[in-house]
Amino acid sequence: MSVNTNEAGLFSSGVVDQVPSENGDQVIISLKHVDKHFGDFQALKDINLEVVQGEVVAILGPSGSGKSTLIRCINYLEPYDGGDIYVDRIRVQPGAELIEVRKDVGMVFQSFNLFPNMTVLDNITLGPIRVRGMSRGDAQARARELLEKVGITEQMHKYPSALSGGQQQRVGIARALANEPKVLLFDEPTSALDPEMVGEVLDVIKTLTDTGVTMLLVTHEMGFARHVADRVVFMEAGQLIEEGTPEIIFNNPTEPRTRAFLEAVLAH
Amino acid sequence: MDLVQTFFNWDVFVRTLPMLMQGLGKTLMLGFLSILLGLIGGLALALLRLYAPLVIRLITIAYIDIFRSLPVLVWLVIVYYALPFVGITLSPFAAACTALTMISSAYAAEIYRAGIEAVPRGQFEAAQSIGLSHYRVMCDVVMPQAIRLIIPPLTSNCINVMKDTALASVVAMPDLLKQATQAQALAANPTPLIGAALLYLMVLLPLVRLVGLLERRFARGRV
Ligand SMILES: Nc1ncnc2c1ncn2[C@@H]1O[C@H](COP(=O)(O)OP(=O)(O)OP(=O)(O)O)[C@@H](O)[C@H]1O
Ligand SMILES: [Mg+2]
Repeated sequence: MSVNTNEAGLFSSGVVDQVPSENGDQVIISLKHVDKHFGDFQALKDINLEVVQGEVVAILGPSGSGKSTLIRCINYLEPYDGGDIYVDRIRVQPGAELIEVRKDVGMVFQSFNLFPNMTVLDNITLGPIRVRGMSRGDAQARARELLEKVGITEQMHKYPSALSGGQQQRVGIARALANEPKVLLFDEPTSALDPEMVGEVLDVIKTLTDTGVTMLLVTHEMGFARHVADRVVFMEAGQLIEEGTPEIIFNNPTEPRTRAFLEAVLAH
Repeated sequence: MDLVQTFFNWDVFVRTLPMLMQGLGKTLMLGFLSILLGLIGGLALALLRLYAPLVIRLITIAYIDIFRSLPVLVWLVIVYYALPFVGITLSPFAAACTALTMISSAYAAEIYRAGIEAVPRGQFEAAQSIGLSHYRVMCDVVMPQAIRLIIPPLTSNCINVMKDTALASVVAMPDLLKQATQAQALAANPTPLIGAALLYLMVLLPLVRLVGLLERRFARGRV
């Protein structure tokens, strides 16, 4: 009896029942009526989005449309002020469970944000050691695997400042993967890179699409988005105005604003 | 010859050296303790100033501003001579240490704050995104970067605290300066004062040099 009560208690706060989508896949990210203000300015307006396990979603839209704000709300780097966000059935909100959410959500930043006071190896092992409670040895073994995956094992004892931009971003990806997240968020991962380094980073991201990790990718690399995404969502002025498969969005968008945006970016 | 006999009298110097050394011991003890407590208190104040709820933050700001404005000597005299009227009587050492710590922690707090604020937002965000707690974000990521930036100004602050220990002689603490003035009275010769000045220099000049070195080093290398 008492055991049952305990179990009920354990799963009560902030955890909702598993929500299968129409085709039975498990929904891993769910945004419901999400609003976000910066002072008087509303950066997100009634965002509704569900992402299923393993899905790759590209987020497109003009500058200032709220793409970064949207994905930053998912791991609560940005607090939202209306609606609900769930990651793997845990509501994203301040409190003890936020750490659980962040363990499951890796993030790759436009400007890499590697820790300059640590070697590449320590950048990657920090999360597993501090958050996952892994032993140093296990964490380093895992870090080596990840560095192999992103192709920079030789650099692991160097400090980030000694690496090229492309290498730094590959470390950024390895760091985001270190906690074995279920979800990866990318905020323009190649926008700060010299053109000749964009390819190596996109190649690494491409390999991740086969691993079953769920990805949300904000990017201006239209060709890449079209190639890797299962679904494309288009944002404008804080709203999600259109979504669909890459074929539909790129070839035959219904919204004139989507069409205008794509024509403008694809023109050059 | 006459001048040397007056200011650099060897006999007087040798006779009063034990007194001076006792004073130096007290000065160093007071200095190091106040520096240590000031560094710890300053960090606590800086964190409250940045992250505490509004009311506590405002109180902290008031504290920091007041103690950065108040002359050390004035505060020291209040702690030693005025607090007994409300029933708090401190020994000269305790009074001096309290006064110096309260003021140096206010200065240190502003230095820490500048250091923490100089760490880019992206560093906090990356640390939070991998699931680190607030405490771990500060310990593992932010403070190591902030400390490197603020070692030179923090060392400067320590030098000031060490210099301000001389004010303790006002509240009859037998520090280096107090001992020197007494020795001067006893020997009817100012040599002990010169000796004390030289001892202060021996302690502080290397620190002043060190600040210069640190500043140049940190200016050259990236964080
Ligand atoms: N911290 C902030 N304070 C105030 N306004 C902000 C803040 N962050 C973002 N905004 C505003 O919110 C809107 C959405 O910003 P966001 O960074 O999400 O856009 P974006 O779609 O990522 O644009 P970009 O393609 O330029 O990165 C913009 O108008 C921006 O000015
Ligand atoms: Mg953005």
